[in-house]
Amino acid sequence: MINYISRRLLYAAVILLLVSMAVYAIFQFLPFDPAALTCGKNCRPNLIAANRVRLGFDKPLWEQYWLFLSGIFVGRDYGVGSAAFTCPAPSLGYSFRQNACVTDLIQQALPVTLSLAIGALILWLIVGIGLGILAARFKDSPIDTGSTIFVLIGTSLPTFVTGLLLLIYLTLKNNIIPLNFDAYVSVFDNPSKFFMYFLLPWITLAFAFSAIYTRYTRSAVIETSGEDYIRTAWAKGLKSNVVLRKHTLRAALAPLTTLAGLDFAGLLGGAILTETIFNLPGLGRMSLKAVNDFDLPVVLATTLLAATIVVVMNLIVDLLYAVLDPRVRVG
Amino acid sequence: MSIEAVESSSAPEPLLGADEELKGRSPRELAWRRFRRNKVGVFAGVFTLGTLLSSLFAPLICKILGLDPNELHLDQIKVSTGLPKAYLGGISWEHPLGLLPGTGRDLLSQLLYGSRISFLVMILATVATLFVGLLTGIAGGYLKGRVDATLGRVTDFLLAFPAFFMIVALAEPMVDRIQRLGIAQGNGARILFLIIILTFFGWTGFSRLIRSQVLSLSERDFVTAATALGASRSRIIFHELIPNLWAPVIVVLSLSLPGYLTAESVFSFLGIGVQPPGFTWGLLISNSTQYVTNMPSFFLITTVSLVLVVLAFNLLGDAVRDALDPKADK
Repeated sequence: MINYISRRLLYAAVILLLVSMAVYAIFQFLPFDPAALTCGKNCRPNLIAANRVRLGFDKPLWEQYWLFLSGIFVGRDYGVGSAAFTCPAPSLGYSFRQNACVTDLIQQALPVTLSLAIGALILWLIVGIGLGILAARFKDSPIDTGSTIFVLIGTSLPTFVTGLLLLIYLTLKNNIIPLNFDAYVSVFDNPSKFFMYFLLPWITLAFAFSAIYTRYTRSAVIETSGEDYIRTAWAKGLKSNVVLRKHTLRAALAPLTTLAGLDFAGLLGGAILTETIFNLPGLGRMSLKAVNDFDLPVVLATTLLAATIVVVMNLIVDLLYAVLDPRVRVG
Repeated sequence: MSIEAVESSSAPEPLLGADEELKGRSPRELAWRRFRRNKVGVFAGVFTLGTLLSSLFAPLICKILGLDPNELHLDQIKVSTGLPKAYLGGISWEHPLGLLPGTGRDLLSQLLYGSRISFLVMILATVATLFVGLLTGIAGGYLKGRVDATLGRVTDFLLAFPAFFMIVALAEPMVDRIQRLGIAQGNGARILFLIIILTFFGWTGFSRLIRSQVLSLSERDFVTAATALGASRSRIIFHELIPNLWAPVIVVLSLSLPGYLTAESVFSFLGIGVQPPGFTWGLLISNSTQYVTNMPSFFLITTVSLVLVVLAFNLLGDAVRDALDPKADK
């Protein structure tokens, strides 16, 4: 087991290193001068030259990459003399557009994205798995038909359409959920405000996902219920909810961990659409804005962060799966 | 799919009639029979086909209806608000779906012409995905060894890549590159970028599916027999393997067509797809959100069009997958 984990960790590290190199290289070969992008309209040649030296764009590519990489672990100093400043570790670069260390920007945006992703995950797991189990238990009943329709609508409505519909009809037109002009508040400071702030974004995100999870759960439970060991469990005289909980669901839902882990990882990188529609100051909106402003350090950092989350989540999911599914034996 | 298919599906056929002789059917025939029995699937198929055809023949349809997507109807637009003068967004006999606010262009013709770019991206990206996926899947599954291992690593690497981010981040510079290289200009370059980047991040799943299928096929007796007869590699690939891969190809078609259609509209919505004066469904939806409180019909018509087409694709895909699944036959 330890052998397996260390091998997987090594592999994940290699993948991440490669992704970081690729992302770094892609942004270097773009037809832009990164130094010229740092000052916008009031760019003068001497300012560009000064910024080039301050941000290290005058150094060869491999050295720039090395500085970026080492900055993650030991922090990074920019400039010399009185103009010098430091982004402490873990430093992901410096955004000239916003005059801030990228790590600080991410620290501000991350709680928003995290709240959005966790809330949506909880919501779609409850709705998706719950409805899926109900549909499977009462197969061919009105509940089942209803769940089928829900699945069809959920998988066919693109997220941005769901989000816009909710925003327009629940907030703008009917004012059922008031429009929120306030800044993000932490759940620990003001829970009720927090819930109002995130309610529509959660529903938007969870809608599409819960449809997929309903469909999956329904077919997995139905398929598992036909297995011999379930018949054995019934024959032993076990109560129906024991059969369902301990025998059927454990086998049927184990693969959902993989799915949920990866979907969750994808959202943590930033739910660009949902954050854009609801104007949430999360990672997704931050990176979209950075792209539009050509704020390359921010784009680079958010892309790398998203890749890291996916790779790490992949690892966690594989390890969890070995625990959950007794058939998986790790050699 | 023809009109007969719809008619015959309205009365479910008996699996085996009394006077019908028991005869062997190929899996393809069986799947086709199963599909025809699924009324919803057949209806979705007809709807999909109708949409694709009306998109293809958009100029003809617009000519018959006397509509022009670029003609301005400023006389029917209120100067103060920019909204159509008539109720319901200007829906009338001349303009069945109403007018666009601001310019007074006809919405139906805009939807028809706009669908051409949306569908073009969808179809070309799917074809490219199929091509790359088949190539890499067969290479990995049949050649095995180092080729397979390398492809597996590349797939892992691409799956760890935050695709959505990269598409958003690379849109402007890549379009710029394409234009400088002189391959395509303006919206052509943007369409090309979308197709390339969607394929680049989309082929991996399909490739894995094909690989596993090829792995299992190449162990079958008929491939062994062909090898024993001295068939060349290319003969085995083109005559033994590829004809047996149509089932996964159809499954991928049914998943990637609606996926790419949605993706195109999402990227146009975010402002990194086609730009005005070109128009696609995503741009129309993006445009319609600005008028949503004053003119909800515009928003509803465009979004419902998109959702209906995606829904039809999904229903058709479900029906086809059910038809291809031998276990589904009761």
